[in-house]
Amino acid sequence: MKIYPRQHHRVLQVITRLMVPFVLMFGLYVQFHGDYGPGGGFQAGVIFASAFILYGLIFGLHRTRKVLPPSTLRWLVSFGVLLYAGTGLLTMLLGGNLLDYDVLASNPLSGQHWGIFAVELGVGITVTSVMISLFYGFASKR
Amino acid sequence: MATVLGFYNYWVVIVLMMAGLYILISRYNLIKKMIGLSIFQTSIFYLYISIGKVENGTAPILNDDPATIYSNPLPHVLILTAIVVGVATTAVALALSVRIYENYGTIEEDEIRALNAGEHEL
Amino acid sequence: MMDQLPALQVMLPMTMAPLIVLIRNPKWSWLLATLATGAACLVSCLLLMQVIDGSVIRYAIGGWEAPTGIEFYIDRANAGVALLVTGVSFVTLIYAYHSIQHGIDSSRHYLFYTGWLLCTTGLIGMVITGDAFNVFVFLEISSLSTYMLVAFGSDRRALVASFRYLVIGSIGASFILLGIGFLYAATGTLNMVDLAMRIPTTESPRAVLVAFSFLTVGVMIKAAVFPLHGWLLSAYHHAPIAVTAFLAGTATKVSLYILVRMFFSVFGEAYSFEQLFLNWVLLPAAIAGFLTMSLVAIYQTDLRRMLAYSSVAQIGYIIAGISLATQQGLTAAVVHMFNHGMVKAALFMAVGCILYRVGHTHIPSLQRLISRMPFTVTAFIIAGLGLIGVPLTVGFVSKFSLIQALMERGWWAAAVLILVSSVMATAYVGRVIYLLLFRESRSETAGMTGVNEAPLLMLAPLYALLALSVYFGVFGSQTLRLAAGAAQTLLGGYQ
Repeated sequence: MKIYPRQHHRVLQVITRLMVPFVLMFGLYVQFHGDYGPGGGFQAGVIFASAFILYGLIFGLHRTRKVLPPSTLRWLVSFGVLLYAGTGLLTMLLGGNLLDYDVLASNPLSGQHWGIFAVELGVGITVTSVMISLFYGFASKR
Repeated sequence: MATVLGFYNYWVVIVLMMAGLYILISRYNLIKKMIGLSIFQTSIFYLYISIGKVENGTAPILNDDPATIYSNPLPHVLILTAIVVGVATTAVALALSVRIYENYGTIEEDEIRALNAGEHEL
Repeated sequence: MMDQLPALQVMLPMTMAPLIVLIRNPKWSWLLATLATGAACLVSCLLLMQVIDGSVIRYAIGGWEAPTGIEFYIDRANAGVALLVTGVSFVTLIYAYHSIQHGIDSSRHYLFYTGWLLCTTGLIGMVITGDAFNVFVFLEISSLSTYMLVAFGSDRRALVASFRYLVIGSIGASFILLGIGFLYAATGTLNMVDLAMRIPTTESPRAVLVAFSFLTVGVMIKAAVFPLHGWLLSAYHHAPIAVTAFLAGTATKVSLYILVRMFFSVFGEAYSFEQLFLNWVLLPAAIAGFLTMSLVAIYQTDLRRMLAYSSVAQIGYIIAGISLATQQGLTAAVVHMFNHGMVKAALFMAVGCILYRVGHTHIPSLQRLISRMPFTVTAFIIAGLGLIGVPLTVGFVSKFSLIQALMERGWWAAAVLILVSSVMATAYVGRVIYLLLFRESRSETAGMTGVNEAPLLMLAPLYALLALSVYFGVFGSQTLRLAAGAAQTLLGGYQ
């Protein structure tokens, strides 16, 4: 990947700076709105990752890596899966079936709420970090 | 004519699927093969999504009017999973292509086959 | 906790996989992976003991009862297959520790074990799930990790083999996805028990027929049924040998189980075999498969490739048993599925020991290896005799019952052709055994100096698997009784 000199593409750089916070915000909205309306971890993860990928395309891999180093990403990939699996194991420990969120809180309704929240968060984190890892992996090849 | 046009979603699926398979079989370039495979998979996604549509149905978000007709959300949920699988497959295939390029210096299948044939069987 | 066992079986390897990515130490990741698969193996033993009397365990994930939710459906047929998967995975994983030291950089070992655990997760999930779409999801989990494991091979041709497997495997998986889509369109359900009830009364039989065709072709690609076996040869040849042993014992067997489940339980025997005459598709494919593949195996100079061809031939026997669609035929198919899984895994493990010490598997250069590696060669001979089907080995039990089943149905020609193929198996295995024991010429033994016995950690799992296969061979009637139970469950459909 060629890293363009900074003085070129001034328009793109300014627009990117403007866009990235909104993209991240929209990603978070889709993530946390997913338990009551359309949305969820998969979509939110991809949107969230696209902000980082856009930043990487315009400002170069080097600067993106400073924001989110690959070692952190590897940790996040595992953490997301573990959050999902951990929620499943927790529901089993609390006496329910696998991913039976009813047992997570005092009443089934808030239990379902917490359960789907944790699981979708796990999915979102993993999808985000996997997408960014893929971008790092391919973009660093010449 | 009505039967032909009435099932237009199936025709689109068939055309896309055959185009994908044709690319997959006829091209030697590994990246082009992957493009063919992606088109092939996309045609199946399209089939699922189109059969989930209910006539006059709206988006399946619960509202207060009991007379609302909803589209079937299940095929969409299923195909979301399949899309993720498709992305993962593409990523693995691209990673393999990169490794093949590093090891062989080419991603043309016929050239790779020629290089393999030259190697002594050990 | 006992009622949580079905979920635990899948969750154990699945939870350990991301932990290993965090740990990254090669020794620790091997130890943890082995513990996880060992525990999963124990769980499948317990499950099999619970359902051996013919009862059924239905485990609703998330507390949502089927057919609304996804369920794990465990009866004595698939509990046995799950035990085969976890058992072979456990044994070959112990073996893998030394086997992958050559060829794979130690900084990447943790990725290897992660892929292995995910593959095991996918295979167990495919077997025990009661939801048609879930089969596809678990299938892709196992397939994607298999592509990765195959690409770990030391040779650069492993990459090409992996890519080819990926393309063919994805087409197969897409066909399965398409078939499930048509089934859902025709019946409106994805639960396999529910599907079995609704298919006979569906309003769109043509969609069911399309679904049936796509599913059959897709699963047959995954099971490497002749003539859809192309991916298997290069993948088995170039993958790391521990992976080959693992896949040979599990992956194709799981797909064959799905095939049987689909033909007999979901669509029903009456639909598949009486209405569609499926046996006239399966039997010719089976016969052509075991005859041509056994013949080609005789002319191979590479031990791994020879065994890969023989694998396709053995899948032909299993398909022949399935195509009978009788209690006896299915019993023979199930027995052969298990026996061949164990024997072929053991054979590949023995070949792996040779590869580990000698460095190649070129048959003519392995003359009189028994003087250098007596234990390995003995193991190869025992397993090889099992592959041929010599009396008192597992191969005899399954081939004998298969021939019996064929003759009962009056298919004499097929029975004779199985004997012909067995003679060819004797030829290709016997040739290797002869070379390993005796010397033909003095010229080709160079390069053998310094070769000695394989490490204990490779031999111990190999002999454990062999002991099991010998036990099942000597006490063949027990094996047959268990398989007959499984076949009865499969033929009976869902209760």
